[in-house]
Amino acid sequence: MSVFGRKPRDQRVRAKGLRAFVALVYGFLFAPIAVLVLFSFNDSKRNATWQGFTLKWYGALFGNQPVLDALWLTMKVALIATVIATVFGSLAAYALTRYKFRGSSMYNGSIYVPLVIPEIVFAVALLSGFNVAGIGLSMKTVIIAHVAFMLSFVIVVVKARMAGFDTRLEEAAMDLGANELQTFFYVTLPFMLPGILAGALLAFVLSFDDFVITFFNSGVGNTTLPLKVYSMVKFGVTPEINAISVFMLLISVVMLLASYKLQGGAPTVVTAKEPAKE
Amino acid sequence: MTKPAENGMAEASASAILGQNAGPLSRAIGRLRGHSFAVANLLMAPTMLWLLLFLALPLGVILVYSFGGRGTYGDVIYGFSFDNYSRAFSPLWLPVILRSFGFAAIATLLTLAMGYPLAYFIAVYGGRRKNIYLILVMVPFWTSYLIRTYSWIVILRSQGVVNTLLQWANIIDQPLDLLNTPFSVILGLTYGFLPFMTLPLYASLEKLDKSLIEAAWDLGASRIWALLTVTIPLSIPGIIAGTLLVFIPAVGDFVTPDLLGGPDTLMIGNVIQQQFLAARDWAYGSALSFSLMAILLLGIFFYVRKVGTENLA
Repeated sequence: MSVFGRKPRDQRVRAKGLRAFVALVYGFLFAPIAVLVLFSFNDSKRNATWQGFTLKWYGALFGNQPVLDALWLTMKVALIATVIATVFGSLAAYALTRYKFRGSSMYNGSIYVPLVIPEIVFAVALLSGFNVAGIGLSMKTVIIAHVAFMLSFVIVVVKARMAGFDTRLEEAAMDLGANELQTFFYVTLPFMLPGILAGALLAFVLSFDDFVITFFNSGVGNTTLPLKVYSMVKFGVTPEINAISVFMLLISVVMLLASYKLQGGAPTVVTAKEPAKE
Repeated sequence: MTKPAENGMAEASASAILGQNAGPLSRAIGRLRGHSFAVANLLMAPTMLWLLLFLALPLGVILVYSFGGRGTYGDVIYGFSFDNYSRAFSPLWLPVILRSFGFAAIATLLTLAMGYPLAYFIAVYGGRRKNIYLILVMVPFWTSYLIRTYSWIVILRSQGVVNTLLQWANIIDQPLDLLNTPFSVILGLTYGFLPFMTLPLYASLEKLDKSLIEAAWDLGASRIWALLTVTIPLSIPGIIAGTLLVFIPAVGDFVTPDLLGGPDTLMIGNVIQQQFLAARDWAYGSALSFSLMAILLLGIFFYVRKVGTENLA
């Protein structure tokens, strides 16, 4: 199915070359993931050759208390940080799309700053900031740090949703006798909601997977799952790491699909990730 | 219409006009008729406060740190000297900076070479399966960078997938040294950031008016010529966004060189990490961080201006 009306003779040939290349790129994208999944079921400690199917690495995973503790901590951090970032970010996105006010371009610019700062600089700056302020590293500092980098993503996703809002709907509601709060809660908010939820899902995944910022700001004993994986990898490759990895991949994919459904099949997140050009 | 109050309009008509672009919240919150400015700032306040406290001020702290020095116990002694900066660009450490930018540049070009055809294919030939193709690009984008980097250890290490296969096929006797080389680091960066390149490119190519390309063909341009003179120039916003989204995190990356690299692939990110967590010379680490950020921001500024204005011309 071609978008173009005219089909010169060489199009089929060229598209064949393009298709082959694209297939290779997809192969490149998914080969490492496939390898992880495959070897997480491999009955071999050395895991370089296939020795037969097993679920024992997953079994070992769910009997591994430090891993379960790390999972629980990661979930707690991600949930709390997501709630904070989603509420604040949605308010900001509402303000940025529904008001034209002095300073809005400055605000618009500053929400992109976290996206153009290298993550490691963000991480050590926060570490230094906590140090100067005399705030000891704990789960709280991890949450604070996560919210700081998640806000921009939430704002960008909710803004993308609000861009398609027809303001006449609000006027119609008020013409029909709804007061301001009713209009907001029955018209505006329901329209925003898919964007808010999609932003929340992305924020959750970003927090759940974050390594660099957590690595610098968690202090001793606050081991999240990515930190746990990192320290395990440093000791050597084991099938258990493959099993944790597959588990984490699964969570991300489920979140992505949920976000995709919420956005009505149009992956808004994609375009929204461009840096500011407003 | 933008500033009804200044035009001296009656309160009623002012709020009627504001009603069109101000939304119901402005009138709901404290009945702030005509005060949408205050409401907008109120809604922005939590976010801006958070970014001020946990981004702007911390960046200020490392700027101050960067002019200080290291105390006996790893604390920062405040001062005002450029020693840390001259050390960062000294012959000992300059290669690390150059290597970081070099690796990131190669990885950016590789992601562009792979991402452009991929994005072009999805945008032009995707058809009804466009969303599936896109989701497939987004799966790696949504999954942990750490884990995707780790997967290359499984593939490249001496008892890894590639070496096992090659030995099994009797192509090699001894395992190849694939891991802990510049090759593995550049490969890891390319793999890790490929979705960051593809997605903005797709967004840009998707919006492109296809009739312009057809017009070029009708006017006798060859496929390649139309691609070079019409499609690529029109997708420059996507190329800018994609290269920035890959280059910025790639330069400062520390996970990839840490896990896939060796002693001769040290990047700025590794050195910053060492200074903060091992050597405990936070002043020097801060100077490195700030240099990295300053070089990047300046680079972005000139890059966007140059490529961006050429695009407009």
